[in-house]
Parts: sequence; structure tokens; C-alpha cells
Amino acid sequence: MTEQSKVITLEKVVVRFSGDSGDGMQLTGTIFSNLSAILGNEISTFPDFPAEIRAPQGSLSGVSGFQVHLGSRNIFTPGDKADVLVAMNPAALKVNVNYLKPHAIVIIDTDSFQKNDLDKAKFTTDDPFTELGLTGVQVVAAPISSMVKDGLAEYGLDNKSAVRCKNMFALGLVCWLFDRPLDSAMHQLQNKFSKKPTIAKANIKALTDGYNYGNNIHASVSTYRIESKKAKPGFYTDVNGNKATSYGLIAAAEKAGLKLFLGSYPITPATDILQELAKHKELGVKALQFEDEIAGISTAIGASFAGSLAVTSTSGPGVALKSEAIGLAVIAELPLVVVDVQRGGPSTGLPTKSEQTDLLQTLYGRNGESPVVVIAATTPADCFDAAYWAGKLAVEHMTPVILLTDSFIANGSTAWRIPDLKTYPDIKPHYVSEYKDDKPWNPYRRDPETHVRYWAVPGTEGFTHRIGGLEKDFETSAISTEPYNHQKMVKTRQAKIDKIAGFIPELEVLGDKDADLLIVGWGGTYGHLCEAMEDLRENGKKVALAHFKFISPLPKNTIEVLSSFKKVIVAEQNNGQFANYLRSNVPGFNPIKFNRIKGQPFVVARLVEEFTKILEA
Amino acid sequence: MEIYKFEAKDYKSDQYVRWCPGCGDHAVLNCVHKAMAELGTPPHEIAVISGIGCSSRLPYYMNSYGFHTIHGRGAAIATGVKTANPALQVWLMTGDGDCLAIGGNHFIHAVRRNIDLNIVLFNNKIYGLTKGQYSPTTDKGVVTKSSPYGTVEEPFIPAELTLGARGNFFARAIDVDLKNTTEILAAAARHKGTSVVEALVNCVIFNDGIHKQITDKENRADRTIFLRHGEKMRFGKENEKGIVLNGLKLKAVTIGQDGYTLDDVLVHDAYEPDITLHLMLSRMKGDMPVALGIIRNVAAPTYDAAVEEQIAEVQAKNPIRTLHDLLMKGEVWEVK
Repeated sequence: MTEQSKVITLEKVVVRFSGDSGDGMQLTGTIFSNLSAILGNEISTFPDFPAEIRAPQGSLSGVSGFQVHLGSRNIFTPGDKADVLVAMNPAALKVNVNYLKPHAIVIIDTDSFQKNDLDKAKFTTDDPFTELGLTGVQVVAAPISSMVKDGLAEYGLDNKSAVRCKNMFALGLVCWLFDRPLDSAMHQLQNKFSKKPTIAKANIKALTDGYNYGNNIHASVSTYRIESKKAKPGFYTDVNGNKATSYGLIAAAEKAGLKLFLGSYPITPATDILQELAKHKELGVKALQFEDEIAGISTAIGASFAGSLAVTSTSGPGVALKSEAIGLAVIAELPLVVVDVQRGGPSTGLPTKSEQTDLLQTLYGRNGESPVVVIAATTPADCFDAAYWAGKLAVEHMTPVILLTDSFIANGSTAWRIPDLKTYPDIKPHYVSEYKDDKPWNPYRRDPETHVRYWAVPGTEGFTHRIGGLEKDFETSAISTEPYNHQKMVKTRQAKIDKIAGFIPELEVLGDKDADLLIVGWGGTYGHLCEAMEDLRENGKKVALAHFKFISPLPKNTIEVLSSFKKVIVAEQNNGQFANYLRSNVPGFNPIKFNRIKGQPFVVARLVEEFTKILEA
Repeated sequence: MEIYKFEAKDYKSDQYVRWCPGCGDHAVLNCVHKAMAELGTPPHEIAVISGIGCSSRLPYYMNSYGFHTIHGRGAAIATGVKTANPALQVWLMTGDGDCLAIGGNHFIHAVRRNIDLNIVLFNNKIYGLTKGQYSPTTDKGVVTKSSPYGTVEEPFIPAELTLGARGNFFARAIDVDLKNTTEILAAAARHKGTSVVEALVNCVIFNDGIHKQITDKENRADRTIFLRHGEKMRFGKENEKGIVLNGLKLKAVTIGQDGYTLDDVLVHDAYEPDITLHLMLSRMKGDMPVALGIIRNVAAPTYDAAVEEQIAEVQAKNPIRTLHDLLMKGEVWEVK
């Protein structure tokens, strides 16, 4: 249909949309990843937005990006470097200079590459590509803004509204580049702007114009064809980690026959969980915003006492504020899920960037001996399963569970097969109706095997009781400061958590069972570590990956797995927190550490380089 | 079928009450038991929540569901209990430090939301459990262990804070008046929305006699006025005095003197939505009698009911009840 200079068939490609934070790059990226997923590609995305809501227009600090990695198989990460960059202004080109492949295609809007724009991005010459040393890239330079204005003249939009459609023109160009039909993008735009039909039409026109422009200019750049592959049959939708977390909590409540209660306070990057759950009143979810982080968890603890599946959602600084209340849930032995979407710290740190630095805070950051369950979700889709597990363990074992995700997987999205809840394990709250002992019941009577106390929900006749933050007597549940009793209660609370190891899946080893190097990771770095491992294996290296989702307690076979490899490297986005935690739990364990704390995801190429060095050492 | 009539003993637990002999909290606890018997809600449908401090030990002395939580957070935890299960009768037992210092934020927000909690604020103007430091209600200049030269800060007046946070029910009670305190607590529980009952209690160890000026039998009639809705604001041993409006201020007068007649004496309207007069009454001190009884009692929509109503409204329009149906309604594509 076109005289494209060169059609390259690729397994994988990375596209990065980048522009001013008001340029609509997130929407553009989302639509492109959705339509690719619908065409049968695997996708992984990474939005990268500035902390400022509206930094000065055209400035380096105001650049907002959205990267999508698509391909026919094994898409674990949003990719390291881009094959295609859409740069809506010079600032977007400049901040992405290190994220481009040498021969990448760069699409620019020449209307916003004028002297004034170059100045704002602190260019000193009028040739930004040479100035940045980007001599090998293929540039598609199009006067996007003016073409969009001309193309939309008939819609009677004001200048500003018309120019706002330029992101769709760029999307049209990208669709042409990848030979992708526009119908799914049009459908998404119609839904998005269903209440503003003129805006919907204008966006669709700009999209079509962009596509046709690419077709007409016979741009002499490579075009790509991404092979599609048959995915597992079923219905699919697009989710990011925060959405999947929200759905996982809803699923757990549904399976347990409990009402879901969320007490929360807005905090980047966890706010989307509050916003998502607040939508679902049709499911009876009570997701409420309270006056501060402490009120978020306190209301949740109250709701748990009253018999709900209670959750609070936050990020690292919020966990710090909630610590005392988590301790209350530990000693009161109430079910509670605390979702910590990790971001860069300490203090306010890097609110929109990703890190794995809250691990030790969640494990140990409380007064007294205060053991909790800690689970870390591994991918955007795994947030669903991890949240489901968090809810399950909380209500079956009467304990707070901290669910760690991070900004990267919370905002990264993926095509997700809608799960069949019938295939998920049952969730049976440990209700007082299960109490079978001959001794009269009181609130700290426990199941002798699991040490779990029984949940007597207010409103139930015959089980009125008082609990609280003071130490209680093991036998009578009355307040007690008796020395032996306290030690017994401390040990019992720890044993209750340790016993949970018998109720969670064992640690899996991926890759070569006789590997020369075992890579160990946890949480949101799964995609990068997995891809690095696959790369190494394709190059004939023998490597394996043990990736932890259950952190406290550790899976039963942890010691066995970690002891069966000669060389072990623990790779994490902190200063070695998990490596040190493993060292304190696995006798004689002394791993190599790989730590990156840059607020950015791992770079697979760097991991491969590092692991190769270790293999050859 | 015969309906069981609950008695005060049905609300008492078997735990030994550990407050100091002579502490005002004993009396208020008894009034709580009596008020609950009067209300007749079964103990298993009651949740008594507290923070930290002497008064916050109270849940252990109840035979209801009870939760002794952490310092200052009682209001937030009680909010969670009531929002999760509005069918429960929820009480918050708190003190001047717990409620107005460390828990000040949760307190004002609970009041602002008008969630249906019965808050009993035990005010002894001192930290008792930590042994005698000044609290946010300690009068300026008072010497305590943490203010050896006297405090240099102004205290909160709990009524001002409650009304300032748009509270709809405020009452003041004294530990030595069991009958009226019981009556006030029952009225607070009947009120739908946040009700705040400030109970002036004596701390026999660290602040003995702090409310003596108004609670002692010989002073009480002249230094306090017990307000009842719809009744003239009269006080004094012979009921000879009254409150009148003098310009924009209240004035205590003797009926029949200085040209004031009974007609001039104000009638208490606790149901009046405008807070102006309630605020003036609650601030009376010095030459004016301290106002006791229910100062404000205004009906308003409650938070817990509004949360339920919103869910019911959405559910009436939206038939989706499971996660699966919700997901299938969104943007989905099928792989066959």
C-alpha cells in the first residue's frame, strides 16, 4: 500500500512518547499500548511524569513520558532504550537523549522546535540533533501543530483546543509507522470523549491526518511490523499495578464474603488505589478519604474490629506515620492490609520515582517485637494476586499484612487476562464460630496449630469482649504485665507469623537448575531480572532466577534454594536491604550485592553486563 | 414474649476498676452503665472505643464490645467501627489530653463529619496517667510538673472547639451530679450524629479540687446553671437569678432587681441551628454561672448514614455486583 523504504519485522520494539506535561503523552501512550495489546502483542509500559503538575511550558523539568515495549513474546519490562521516540518539543528530545538506540526514529513537531523552544530547553545552537550528538537517528520532522490547526479548521474549535489534538496526529504517525489499523484507537477516543462529541471527532480527525501524512510523504524511514502471537484464550483488559491491586482486594473481599473497607489519604504514587476503589460503590466498597495517614489506618483498624476486610493504602512516608497503628493491629491481632506503593526516599524524596527502600521499614519499623506478614508484588498483573493473598492471609491468620508494590509496577500497565475467581483458593475468615475447645472462649484463645485467635465481630451475641494495645494474659485475655506471660505472648505472635510459611507457595527457581549464577530478586524488579536471565541463557550462559514474592515469612524452601548455588547475586533497588535480611535468616549466606538507587527501573543491558562479569570472574 | 429489661449491671464487666479511690471517673462510669440500661440496647450491639489515658481504661469495665486503642486515635478508630457497621451503638471514651492534644485532629474531623458517635470527654485539666503534666485545657499560669513556673499558654474550651468544628450536640456534665449526668449521656446517645459530652471530673491525685468552685454543693447553685431545652435560664439557691441578653452579650441578673422581670430571662433553645447563643452560653465563667446540661442539640444528616445512602443510590442504578461482571463491562478483548 505504501512505498516504505524498508519494512523490518521485529520481535520487540520500544516506543517512547515524550512531550510537555500538558501535551497528553500519557493518553497517547495508553491508547497505543491498548491497541497493540488488542492486536495480540505482549505489552509492558512505563509512564514517567514530573513531580510538578505544570512545570513551565517547554522546560526540561516539565517533560512527561510514556514508554511502551511491545512484542510477540517475553515482554517482561518496558524496555531499556527506544526504537522510536516521539518528541513534541526540544526539551523532550534532550531529556531522552540517553534512552535512544543509535538508529532510532525520532518524530518531532517542527512547529515547536523554533528558536524560542530551543532556548527553553537550553540548547545553544539551532541544530539540537548535532548538539546532542544524535547523528545516527532517523528524523521525521513534521509541522504537526500547524497541520492539526489546518485540518481542524472546520470544527470551529478555538486555537488552544485544536492544538491540543496534536498528540493524536503524532499517534496517527506512529500507527502508520507500525502498520496498525486505527479502528481501535478511534473506538478508545470515542469512549474517552463520549460526553464531548466535537472533541472526539477532532481527535479522530487529527489521528487520521497523522496516519495519512505518514502514508503520503513516503518518509524514508524504516517501518516495523511486530509479529503477533496467540495468547492464552480468554478475555483480556489493560491494567496497571494500582488498578490490579484494587481489583485483587475486591476479589479477596468477595471470596471471603466480607465487606471491603479502605481508609486512606492521598499520597503519590498510591492515590490511584483510593480513587479506583472509591468508584465501586455498586460492589458495596466503602473507600473513604480521611484527615491524615494515621486516620486512614485507624479507621481501617476500627472497620476490621467491626468485621470488614480492612485496608489502608499509602507510600513510604505514610507507612512511617502509620507505624504505631500497625503495632496496635499486631497486638490486637486484627486482620489488616497495608498497601505500600514504594517511592524514592527518605522523607519526601522522589515522590514520582520508584525504589525498593521500604523493605526494612515494613519488616522492622515499629516499637516492640512486632512481626507482620510482608508480601511484594512482582509485576503490574501480579499486584492482583499479591493483593488477593494479602487479604487471604490477613483474615485467615488474624494479622496485619503489608503489601509492597512500587511506583514502577503501580503505574506500569500490561494486558491482563480477566481471572476466573473459581480457580483462586478459598478465603475463610477465622471466625469465632469455628471455636471448638472445651475451655470457655475468650479473645486470645487460639487455634493450637496455627496460633490464630478467633474473630468475634461486634453485634454477635455471646462474644462481647475487650481488646487493646496493652499486653494480655495468654489464658484469660485480661491485662497482664506478668514477665513470663509477656515473653510467651511475644513468642506466640512471632510463631503465628512463622507458621504462615506452611500456607504459602514455595520459592520457584526459573532457568537452569545447574546454573553457575543464581540471581535473587524480590518485588517489582521481576521483569528486568527475568529478561536479563533470558538474555544470558540465549547467549549460552547457565543462570537461574529465584524471585521472592513472600518476604515475611520466607517460603519454606528458601534455605534449601539459596544453599544449592555456588554464586548468588541479590539485585535490588536499595542499599542491600533484602540481601541483609536473607543473611540474617539463612546461615552462612553471603551473596554478591547489586544495588541501584536511581529512582529508575533497572536497565536490562546493564544487568546482563554485570552478571556476565560475575560469571566470568 | 417478655422483653428483657436491661439493668446497669448487665453493662458491667467482671474486671476490678483500677482508678484511684475518689477519682471522678468512677461516677461517670456508673452513669454510663445506667444510661445504657435506660437506652436498652443489648450489650453485644454496643462498641466502646477509647484512646490512652486514665479515662480510656473505661472499655475494660464494660460488658459490651470494647477496644482500648492508642493515644489520640480513638476518634478515628471509632469512626471506622461506626462506618463499617452503622447498626452498632458506638461510644468514644477520651480525656482532655487524648482528645484535644494528640488526638485533636481526629476529634475535630469526627465532629465536622457528624458521624454518629457518642463522645464522652473526661476533662480533669491534667495528664493523670503520666503523673501530672499540663493538658490543653489546663488554665493559663497553672503550675504542674511540666510547668514548674506556670503555663504560658491559653487553654482550649472544649465547647468552642466542638462548635467551631460545626458540632451539633454539646453538653457539659459534672462527676458529682449522677442523675443529670446519666440523663445527659442517654440524650447524647439518642442524638443521631456526633455528640460531645464534656464531663468535668476531679483528679484526686494530681489536680484535686480543680472543679471545686463549681461542683461543691454550697457553690453549685450560684456558680452553675443547668440548661434545659424550652425552659427559662434560671439558677441560684432560690432560683432567683436568670440569664438575660444585654446588647450582644449575656448578663446574669437577679429577677426583680434593676428592673429585670422573669419575662426578660431567656428561654433555652438547644435545637436552634445558629451557634451564636450556644457559644455564648458555653463560654460563661467568672461572674457568670458555668453552663451545664445540653447546650446544643441540633438534628443534621450523619456521615455513616450518608455513606450507606450513597452506596444504595449507586446500587439502585447499577446492577453490577461482582468483580467479574465489573471487569467484563470495561474495555475488554477476546482471544479465542
